[in-house]
Parts: sequence; structure tokens; C-alpha cells
Amino acid sequence: MEAILSFISQHQQMIYIVTLMVFVGIEVIGHVPAVLHTPLMSGANAIHGVVIIGAIIVMGQAAKDNYPALALGFLAVILGTLNVVGGFVVTDRMLEMFGGKRKSPKKEIRNPK
Amino acid sequence: MGSNLLILIYLLASITFIIGLKMLSHPARARRGNLIAAAGMAAAIAGTVFLYKDEDGNALHNYAWIFGGLLIGAIAGTVAARKVKMTAMPEMVSLFNGMGGACAALIAIVEFGHLVHNLQSVSGLTAIDTTFRDGLKQHLLIIVAGLVIGSISFAGSMVAWAKLNGKIRDFVFKGQHLFNIALLLIIFLLAVYLTGWLPAGGVSLFYIILGLSLLYGVFFVMPIGGADMPVVISLLNSFTGVAAACGGFLYNNKAMLTGGILVGAAGTLLTILMCKAMNRSLMNVLIGSFGATDKSTGGGKKEQGNYKEISLSDAAMIMNYAHKIIIVPGYGLAVAQAQHTCHELEKILEAKGVEVTYAIHPVAGRMPGHMNVLLAEADVSYDKLQEMEQANEAFPATDVVLVLGANDVVNPAAKTDPTSPIYGMPILDVELAKAVIVNKRSMKPGYAGIENNLFFRPKTSMLFGDAKKVLQDLIGELKAL
Repeated sequence: MEAILSFISQHQQMIYIVTLMVFVGIEVIGHVPAVLHTPLMSGANAIHGVVIIGAIIVMGQAAKDNYPALALGFLAVILGTLNVVGGFVVTDRMLEMFGGKRKSPKKEIRNPK
Repeated sequence: MGSNLLILIYLLASITFIIGLKMLSHPARARRGNLIAAAGMAAAIAGTVFLYKDEDGNALHNYAWIFGGLLIGAIAGTVAARKVKMTAMPEMVSLFNGMGGACAALIAIVEFGHLVHNLQSVSGLTAIDTTFRDGLKQHLLIIVAGLVIGSISFAGSMVAWAKLNGKIRDFVFKGQHLFNIALLLIIFLLAVYLTGWLPAGGVSLFYIILGLSLLYGVFFVMPIGGADMPVVISLLNSFTGVAAACGGFLYNNKAMLTGGILVGAAGTLLTILMCKAMNRSLMNVLIGSFGATDKSTGGGKKEQGNYKEISLSDAAMIMNYAHKIIIVPGYGLAVAQAQHTCHELEKILEAKGVEVTYAIHPVAGRMPGHMNVLLAEADVSYDKLQEMEQANEAFPATDVVLVLGANDVVNPAAKTDPTSPIYGMPILDVELAKAVIVNKRSMKPGYAGIENNLFFRPKTSMLFGDAKKVLQDLIGELKAL
């Protein structure tokens, strides 16, 4: 019990952030139309790629002769970057189509008439 | 100066994540939102590489490795994301999500290695004073949490990816749910034992936890049916968010913490919203009423009667003389890559004075909104896409409904048969129209493995064949008329 209390008091700033972020996360996407579920999931997927920051720190702090840490850290950086870059590019590709169709359709409807 | 600047960068990055996510939930601003979040992410990465200093003020080293990894990941990620077909999008998201989970797990493994190494250089565990022990326990707790969540997310995403790819099939054994719960409980107890008591064999215990977590990830996703994969991917997505947040705790890094928790919360809500679109609860999805076990209890099997086949030229004739046609696209259309051909058919019919619209079920295709993306790719006008309620109102005034590879979303069993696994899911009432033409490859049941009575109704005629081929032939027939 005491361990839990001391954990909370030592990390109270972080715990506040966690609590508030839970509400922000729920509030922010509360009214998303079903059409956007897939792009939104993909966008959120890219955002949790922030884990790459941890990978960079792990890599950058690994001792030069600690080969397991170097190898794992390197792999972590690659995978994290894949998550971030791939995630954002895929989301952009999906949304590009949404954008494109909003303008072109109206022209197409007018032209035949 | 440098580290203060980095704090500012992390703050700005966190704000871009929130704004980006907010904008992603509005159709008109979604793309800009994505770019804003990406810009924040780029700044956070660059800031970390150049400005990060540890508690003793040491900058990072191993720059060659870092840039090498960033470069490889960026090129591979861009190529994969650019090349992937629109129909394979769900797998891709799952794959990238798995990469993120693996990244979080790897961080935990390396940090655990550091921890063990540091401890060995200090002295034996027993001699350490209690405040140090408490700090150690907390540190270890966060590492283990990141490890467990990250590896479950990784293993689960890989299974989801392979399933959507058709590489592996559903797999259930008797009592699997109990097995899963027991496995999870064991992982939890071992984690508590490891972090609370710091036992002597802690190192091997750590790797046992890793192995069990990977195993759990596999068994967690294995029994869940293909049709529910989007929900699972969304859930695993939020898991990875939480794993990233563990990293934030570990490095006292607010950008990782906010980004991770934001996705964790938003992802969980999104998962629930997706379940709601199918009118089911999350519990129901996870325990699984779809999937291999239910294939035999489709409900409609006994009623299988005769179905009516229609020839291509007849179908073309009916459509040619219709006033209003509604196309119901489904997974079959996506598989056949027929969205462009479908748009062509729409144009030819419009040129002949037929009014053509599309009825989009919220869960048509493989993921909510997937069908909209596919049709958008083929330049189908946004105004022509009708949502379910709109379409259901329009069906009575419709001459022909053309069902292209959709099955479960038009299955009347969802309304009439309480024993059906999809009972209660809102469906498109295509039967209200004057005639229904269903294109399917064969009479085999659909994605969810449920028989569909619609095919045996008197109004329905079946047009067998690959969606793309059939559409091309229809276009040919229509041109000839």
C-alpha cells in the first residue's frame, strides 16, 4: 500500500497527464463519422509511433561494445520508423482520395449536362 | 539551452498530436490534421536525435546506427505504404501497428539489460537500501508493463495481418477462452512476482514473461473471425499506444506519454464505436460469436431452397430500362479490385439516363469506412455514396439493386433469425426494391461464414462470377444495347 502511495506521489505529474490525456483522447474523436474510422485508426497508429523516441534514446545510449543492445536498439529504431513513416504515408494516401473526390465529382456531374 | 528547447519541441509535438487527431475526425480537415501530426513527429524525432541529454548531461552517440536505422525504416515504410493496394490497407495498418509494438518490447528488453548490468556493478541485491529497492521496483514495473503490452500487440498484430492476408485460418480449440484467461493470469502473477520480490532467477523469468506474452498475443487473436479483424486491430492499436506511454514513464518523456495515452484512449473509444456500428458489444466480439465454431450454426442452412440465376444479357437489359439503380458494394468488389470497373458501369448507366447511387453499410468491406476509401480511389463522386439510413429510405423507390460481393450486410437473418450470429446488426433492406441482382463468385457463404436467405428469395436473381469480369461483361452488353 505504501509503495503505491509513494509511486503516486513521486510520479504525480505523469499521472495527471495520463488522466487528462484519457479524457482528451475520448473527447477529441467522440463525433467521428463511420466513414473516417479507417483513416482515423491509421492516423492514431502513426501517432503511437512516438515510441521511436525511446528507441533512439536506447540506441544512442548503448555502449559501443554492448553488441546485443546495439543490435536490438538498431532493430527498434528501424521498426519504430516503419511505424511512424508508414503510418503517416498510408493515412495520407487514404485521405488524399477523400480530398480528391470532393472537388472532382462536382465537375463531373456538371460536364455531362 | 538545448534541453530547454527540446522540452519546448516535445510540448509542441504533443499539441500537434492532439490537434491532428481532432482534425482527423472531420472529413474536410482530416488530411491536414494528419500532416500536422506528422510534422510534430518529425520535429520530436529530430529534436531527440540532436538535443537529447541524459541526467548526467551526456549527449547520444552511435549516430551512424541511429541514422542508418531511421533511413532504412523511412525508405521501407514509404515504399510499403505507397505500393500497398487500397484493398490491402487493413493488413498494412495491422503490420505497422505490430512494428510499433515490437519497438516498445525491444526497448523494454534493452532497458532490462541495462538494469541488470548496473545492478551487477553495484553489488548483490540484498545489500541495497530500501529507497533504492523501491525505485528499482518501480523502474522494473514499467519495463515489464511495456514488455508485456508491446509483445502482445506485436504478436496479435502479426496474426491479424496474416489472417487478413489469408495466410492463416481461424483456429480454436475447446476451452481456448479459459486457456487464454489462465495464460493472462500467469503472465500477470509472474510479472508481479518479478517486480515485487526481485527473485534470484529474475533474468530468466523476464524472458519467460516475454515468451508467454507473445504466446498470449497469438492465442488472443487466433479464434476471432475474419470479419471482426478491424475491431481487433483497433484494440491492438490502443495497446501499442499504452506500450508507448510506458516508454514515456521510463524516460520521463512527456511527448511519448501524451502521444501514447492519447492513442490508447482514442483507440479504445474507436474500438467501441466500431462494435456499435455492428450493433455488438466488445465482449461479444472478443469471446467471438463469429468464427470457425459458428460456421455450422448459420441458421439458414435448413431453409436452403432454390435460387434463380440470371444471364448477363438479361441483367444488362433490366438495368438498361431501370430508372433508379442502387449498387451495394461489398468485400467481393474489393477483392476483385473492381472499383474502377464499377465506376465505369455507373458512368455508362448515367449516360443512358439511369440514376445510380451507392449504398454503403457502415462495416462494408473489411473495415468501417474501407469501402468509401476504395470507391473514392476510383473517383466515384462523394454525393453518390449513401449511408445506410438514407439508402434504406431510398430502396422502395428503386428498380434494381445490384449487390456486388456484399453478403452479411444484406442478410435478412440479422433481422429475422435470433439464432444467427449477426442477429441485431442493422442491415441494408435491399428486398424493399423491385428487383435484386446479386453478384457472387459462388453460393459459398460469405466472410462471416453465414448462410444468406436473401439469395433464395423470389425477388433475387444470382449473377455468378468474379466481380470485375462480370462488370466488364455487363458494360460490354450495355454498350451493345
